[in-house]
Amino acid sequence: MEMTAPGVMSQVELTGAEIAIRCLQEEGVEFVFGYPGGAILPVYDEMFKQDKVKHILVRHEQAAVHGADGYARCTEKVGVVMVTSGPGLTNAVTGIATAYMDSIPLVIISGQVPTAAIGQDAFQEVDTVGITRPCVKHNFLVKDVKDLALTIKKAFYIAKTGRPGPVLVDIPKDVQQAKALFHYPEQVSLRSYNPVVRGHAGQIKKAIQLLMQAKRPMIYTGGGVILAGASGELTELVRTFGFPCTNTLMGLGGYPGTDPLFMGMLGMHGTYEANMAMQHCDVLLAVGARFDDRVIGNPKHFNQEQRQIIHIDVDPSSISKRVKVDIPIVGDVKDVLQEMIRQVAAMRERPDPEAVKAWWEQIELWRGRDCLKYDRASAIIKPQMVIEKLYEVTQGDLYLTSDVGQHQMWAAQFYKFDKPRRWLNSGGLGTMGVGLPYALGAKLAHPEADVACVTGEASILMCIQELSTAKQYRLPVKVVNLNNRYMGMVRQWQQFFHGNRYSESYMDALPDFVKLAESFGHVGMRIENPADIEPALKEAFSRKDDLVFMDFVTDQTENAFPMVPGGKGLSEMILV
Amino acid sequence: MVRPPHKGAVEGAGPSRDRGPREAVIDPPQSVLGHVNMRHIISLLLENEAGALSRVSGLFSARGYNIESLTVAPTEDPTLSRMTIVTTGSDDVIEQITKQLNKLVDVVKVVDLSDGEHIERELMLVKVRASGKDREEMKRMAEIFRGRIIDVTDKSYTIELTGTGTKLDAFINALERGTILETVRTGASGIGRGDRVLKI
Repeated sequence: MEMTAPGVMSQVELTGAEIAIRCLQEEGVEFVFGYPGGAILPVYDEMFKQDKVKHILVRHEQAAVHGADGYARCTEKVGVVMVTSGPGLTNAVTGIATAYMDSIPLVIISGQVPTAAIGQDAFQEVDTVGITRPCVKHNFLVKDVKDLALTIKKAFYIAKTGRPGPVLVDIPKDVQQAKALFHYPEQVSLRSYNPVVRGHAGQIKKAIQLLMQAKRPMIYTGGGVILAGASGELTELVRTFGFPCTNTLMGLGGYPGTDPLFMGMLGMHGTYEANMAMQHCDVLLAVGARFDDRVIGNPKHFNQEQRQIIHIDVDPSSISKRVKVDIPIVGDVKDVLQEMIRQVAAMRERPDPEAVKAWWEQIELWRGRDCLKYDRASAIIKPQMVIEKLYEVTQGDLYLTSDVGQHQMWAAQFYKFDKPRRWLNSGGLGTMGVGLPYALGAKLAHPEADVACVTGEASILMCIQELSTAKQYRLPVKVVNLNNRYMGMVRQWQQFFHGNRYSESYMDALPDFVKLAESFGHVGMRIENPADIEPALKEAFSRKDDLVFMDFVTDQTENAFPMVPGGKGLSEMILV
Repeated sequence: MVRPPHKGAVEGAGPSRDRGPREAVIDPPQSVLGHVNMRHIISLLLENEAGALSRVSGLFSARGYNIESLTVAPTEDPTLSRMTIVTTGSDDVIEQITKQLNKLVDVVKVVDLSDGEHIERELMLVKVRASGKDREEMKRMAEIFRGRIIDVTDKSYTIELTGTGTKLDAFINALERGTILETVRTGASGIGRGDRVLKI
């Protein structure tokens, strides 16, 4: 059941395919990432007849979703995907699940076999709504062309409001061909879907009082801050209090990475100081984060220390899910932080300066542990050094994507993000292969900006075909391949927890990445000497019109430290 | 599923002494039993749309929650369905279940009926052997439990019985196993007592 506000209406009947394209135009969609096929052909035919919405033809449907996902991550827009039925859709599932885990707003339009053929095991038929149900925020099967426009309107509305997420609209081929009047409402509201925006004023007041009394305060923020566009508010609040702040992997850039109050990332590969402060604080303010296993490790160990927790989140089910919370605040993070800033500004009370000073002294001792140190004099390239040089050469002004593994952790640890939406990676699902399509999505969104993808030789091969997409659309992103000939994180776990038995984690028979890049029409570089890192990066970024694939031959034995082993507590890190 | 035998079977049967639903859910203080698995009866209103049921059942299987029974049918407003789920879990799990249900886009309202006084009823149809000396005995048993015989052959009765789950269990337990040919139960439907109303 929905209420609508008047919007655009047509005088003549349009086909479902025309309606689908008109909807995308009305939504102001710039790019559709997709791949055609039988059951979506009528829509592609309409795509052909217009030029408002630009279609990006990928080389595999998984990359279509990643591309749209990357585009959404670095803008405040909804990413749009178009795929055909059957294998087109199943290929897209990994991408959809990736976006779902990180709460990224997407609308996926999939073709479906004609309604009469549904359930007949038709060619390229799958139960799309059934297969995607557990990895979308919501999905629809449109059985009547009269419902199509309103369904697409709902899809965009649901995708971008509340806790964002992917929404899929499955359109059978006969519905694409049937005709109806086109009516695209300006607004829609659903009786069954009313995300909370305003936080409870009384809870906010209690939270502030608790923060004022804190002796060992800590502020821990996640991807929710980025999604809500609340970095400015967070930064203001943290500086007002003068409390330490840490970000999750998904939250990097939510608070300026170069700020002295910033403690670095926390979690499994977080900094010593962030994890220790998290474990030993007495008042914890959690903002748009969900206390997941990679962040707090073993919840029993985490609960051993007495602390009071304030948790702000737009999704009530994220609160008190893994850790009991004392002051829950359900609401839009930006809205709640604004209200907190207002209330704090109107108060004279401030936190106990002596206690906070003593707490900072303790934190500085932890910081002095220099947990990210590595051998800078190594004759073999250390992967950490590549990221440090990347930061220097780009002066922190970069859209950086990564794949999944050790290189992802090094990028998160060594690149300092001062702004939100600059760091794109698969935090929740941990999908290898996202890096290159994310970079293409980011470059489309920000054609003037530098975009780089930090990857490993294993991850990059999972979506390597997208080098072809990059060529077609002239997307000169830079690929920083930290090539250690191993699935590095798998090898690290095997070294630590499986008696050095490197089962199937060695990448034998790797391609020559320089030739591979060249074969796709790009520039390839191989860098084997630490002294060549900086010149190579400089040259790569000076080639504004070229995709440059930099293959760095790095130390095979390097591990990502600190590390909280699975099932252990935050303060039980393995250190260098 | 094996249900525990009910001791006070006959006393609980008559309408005048029907304390069934209140007995069925006795919530001890939460502070004592926060981590003990308790039976809860959750009622929801959801959009009467294709796939809404599978979203709910899929949620339970994906997150490893128990379902003891689940019933659903459209309400007086044909755009809405009313569902009753009987589940078990600790307070934390039940809190997550209600939050996760609320998060489903098709779900309009969720109420844990066990939070207050409520009534629950289940319908059972039992086909029993009814020949020779059993024939009179069966009829008497049905009467004692306020059941109705709704189909008759020369060898069998089909008995309709409504009540709480425990009353239906009691009836089954009161019958000789060998006489039961077939049973079918609907699972519980629940509604709040007095002025408690679940409506949009």
